[in-house]
Formats: sequence, structure tokens, C-alpha cells
Amino acid sequence: MRLGKVVGKVWATVKDPQLAAVKLALMEVVDENQTGTGKILIAADTIGAGDGDLVFWVSGGEAVRAFPDKNIPSDVTIVGLVDHLNVSAS
Amino acid sequence: MIVGRIIGSVVSTIKHPCYNHQKILLVKPVSPQGAPQSGLMVAVDLVGAGSGDLVLVASEGRAAEELLDFSCRMPVRSLIVGIIDQIDL
Repeated sequence: MRLGKVVGKVWATVKDPQLAAVKLALMEVVDENQTGTGKILIAADTIGAGDGDLVFWVSGGEAVRAFPDKNIPSDVTIVGLVDHLNVSAS
Repeated sequence: MIVGRIIGSVVSTIKHPCYNHQKILLVKPVSPQGAPQSGLMVAVDLVGAGSGDLVLVASEGRAAEELLDFSCRMPVRSLIVGIIDQIDL
């Protein structure tokens, strides 16, 4: 899993039926200081994140299994909303 | 598996049910010599690791489903599976 920040939304009317009613978010990968790395991804959103929210997401095969009743054709899925990061000084 | 160092923790209320009651930590990948590498991982802790610990992180394949006994299907990818005492090179 990794950290990301939601920066927008994506609408798609014509898409795979398994993605029906699944929100798509535009998300930038961020580091431990919540600074953007410049990498922007489109992610299936399972938690209802909004613009500016810090989230954690899964990639690969695990991204497919975020819903209990269906496999979604996604390789990036947001699975948690971050309330707070405790980063120790290094 | 990779070697990483714990640099912090994640507090999250709204999350996938599979993450409930799990400790979620921030892991910076490091080289075997201990030098920080690029990237940052969010991982579920299975061994009680703490900040500053050098740990073993499994993040490929179906490690999570094999190791965690959940009834639900799990979107969990990165797991801390060990605390490293020493690396001999």
C-alpha cells in the first residue's frame, strides 16, 4: 500500500459493467511529508474520498478485490482515508 | 520481501473493513546497508514493530491472504512480517 492525495475526479459513462457505480478519483502519489511526487494515477475509490484528502491505496491484484461481491477491473484502489500521519523525525 | 525502516504510523477511521484493528505503519525502503531508497510504503504490522525498527516487508503476491485469517476478501498488499536483528553482507 502507498499514500496518495486526491486531486480530482474522473467521469466515464461507457465503462466495464463491474465499474458501474464505482467512483474514480484522480490521485497524486505523495511522500511522508505529504509532498506530491508528480505521479498522477486514476484510482477506484471505495471510501468516498474528496478533493485534497490524504488516502492509502493498493495496487496490483489486491486492487481487484476491494468489494465483497465483485472483482473490479482496477489496478489502483483507494482503501482508506488518513486522519493523521505520525512521522518520526529522522 | 524487502528491507525497510519504520518512520511513522497512519491513523485512519474510514477504511476497508479488513484494516480494522490492524496497526498501519509507514515504511521507508532501505538498502541492506541501511541507506534510504526512493518510495514510501504503508504496511500492516503483524509483529509489533515500532518507530525506527528495521523490518522485513512482504508486498508481493498473496502474502496477506495467506498470513491474515480474515473472512473477507482482502485488498491488503504490504505486510510487516519480521523485525531484523542483523544483516551480514
